Amino acid sequence: MNAKVNIDNLNVHFGSTHAVKGVSIDVPENTVTAIIGPSGCGKSTVLRSLNRMHDLFPQARVTGKVLLDGGDIYDRSVDPVAIRRRIGMVFQKPNPFPAMSIHDNVIAGYKLIGRLKKSDADEIVESSLRRVALWDEVKDRLKSSAMELSGGQQQRLCIARTIAVKPEVILMDEPCSALDPISTVKIEELINELKERYTVVIVTHNMQQAARVSDYTAFLYMGELIECDTTRKIFTNPEKSQTEDYITGRFG
Amino acid sequence: MRMPSLRSLKSALMTFFMAAATVAVLLPLVIIFAHIVKMGFSSLSPDFFIHIPKPTGESGGGMANGMAGSCILIVLASGLGIPVGVFGAMYLVEYGGSRISNVIRFAADVLSGVPSIITGMVAYTLMVVPMKSFSALAGAVALALIMIPIVLRTTEEQLKMVPDTLREASLALGVPLWRTSLRVTLRSATKGVMTGILLAIARISGETAPLLFTALGNQFWSKKLTEPIAAMPLQIFNFAISPYEDWHRLAWAGALVLVTLMFALSLTARYLGRNKYQS
Repeated sequence: MNAKVNIDNLNVHFGSTHAVKGVSIDVPENTVTAIIGPSGCGKSTVLRSLNRMHDLFPQARVTGKVLLDGGDIYDRSVDPVAIRRRIGMVFQKPNPFPAMSIHDNVIAGYKLIGRLKKSDADEIVESSLRRVALWDEVKDRLKSSAMELSGGQQQRLCIARTIAVKPEVILMDEPCSALDPISTVKIEELINELKERYTVVIVTHNMQQAARVSDYTAFLYMGELIECDTTRKIFTNPEKSQTEDYITGRFG
Repeated sequence: MRMPSLRSLKSALMTFFMAAATVAVLLPLVIIFAHIVKMGFSSLSPDFFIHIPKPTGESGGGMANGMAGSCILIVLASGLGIPVGVFGAMYLVEYGGSRISNVIRFAADVLSGVPSIITGMVAYTLMVVPMKSFSALAGAVALALIMIPIVLRTTEEQLKMVPDTLREASLALGVPLWRTSLRVTLRSATKGVMTGILLAIARISGETAPLLFTALGNQFWSKKLTEPIAAMPLQIFNFAISPYEDWHRLAWAGALVLVTLMFALSLTARYLGRNKYQS
């Protein structure tokens, strides 16, 4: 199996707190990998290490390697901006740009950097919105504010915005935790389609969701990787007793 | 009839004191404004806005050169002070480490507490001495030094209020941090930043002391930025201490125009900065 992303002995410190302890996970291309674990286990921290979002916080220190197609994204010569173009991210709370229209939100990744020809822009907007199944709902009001959309629509808009810049990997940080069940179903269906073109890493609180959408599952506890295997194996016959206890709801 | 209890007496007494304090705050403003309107309004005429002061002894004349001079000084000072204040605040919020940020913040607070006449002396040493002439540029530098801390601190507060999720949304799209700061963070805070800028302009438009030995003042139109230039507060000051009744009237009219301008700026700032959740 061809690994798109290799996380190799990743450690993250926040000041004196050792949040992620020597985690190694291989993420195969065109699959969905779920990271599960109880609150505070470091799963979001691992995810945010994958597109160097910790760079923003001076107190955060990341060591170890994260290989994207074999190249370390933490290498000195690597520009984090270029990495974030290749590895997009969808956040827990939908965060469309409030000052932009629906149309402009989709192409924000282009508009904020430079100009985009109108014909190209319209094409990207339509294809991106179609891919997240939002086009029919918003095609008549592309100029209105993104804040008028419902939470689920906003989240699909954020996914459209992410795929509009053509990333290779999409990181999702509990993308459904702020959404209602129907919106959640739509996003989950979408994740299933996304893996045809992209490699998806999703952090989720919800074990059923991990079982539904992912091919591989990594279980994190207290900053350590307990087990990482195919989702089927993790949910039916885990190696470690801790994994089994968490899966069966005995703690967490 | 029952005697009021000690408790309700105390309550009434305290309520009275607080009401009195409120009046004591409002009254000076009302008195000043009323007096200036009374004295200034009768002296206002179209001449006031289109003529420069007449030589002593002749009646009439206006403060047109002072108004123009003040505008020039404010534009120049804003051109210097706003970018420094806004970019300084962006550095503090988006880039600065905690140590250097604290130093800058402290420096800005001290700077805003420096008496404005001292600021004028600094601008005199920096600009007037090497250029060997009083000038509009020197005046603008003095005013900019007063603007910088005001703009910096208000902008900083506004930028801090922009949620991190918005910055992250932009960064995750592969937008560099500096573009994110300019086009997402600063953009979201525009209203509040504008409020701070307007308040800073209102503040400097009335400053007199820092202009005394920088812009100096001018009875005529100035043709170059390297020449002394007239400014409204300076003219008001000079005319008010002159022995001529006619000039006193001009000073009152000037005071009225200046106060009205500052009032308008403050109202605009309040309008821009009003809380969107209150409306």
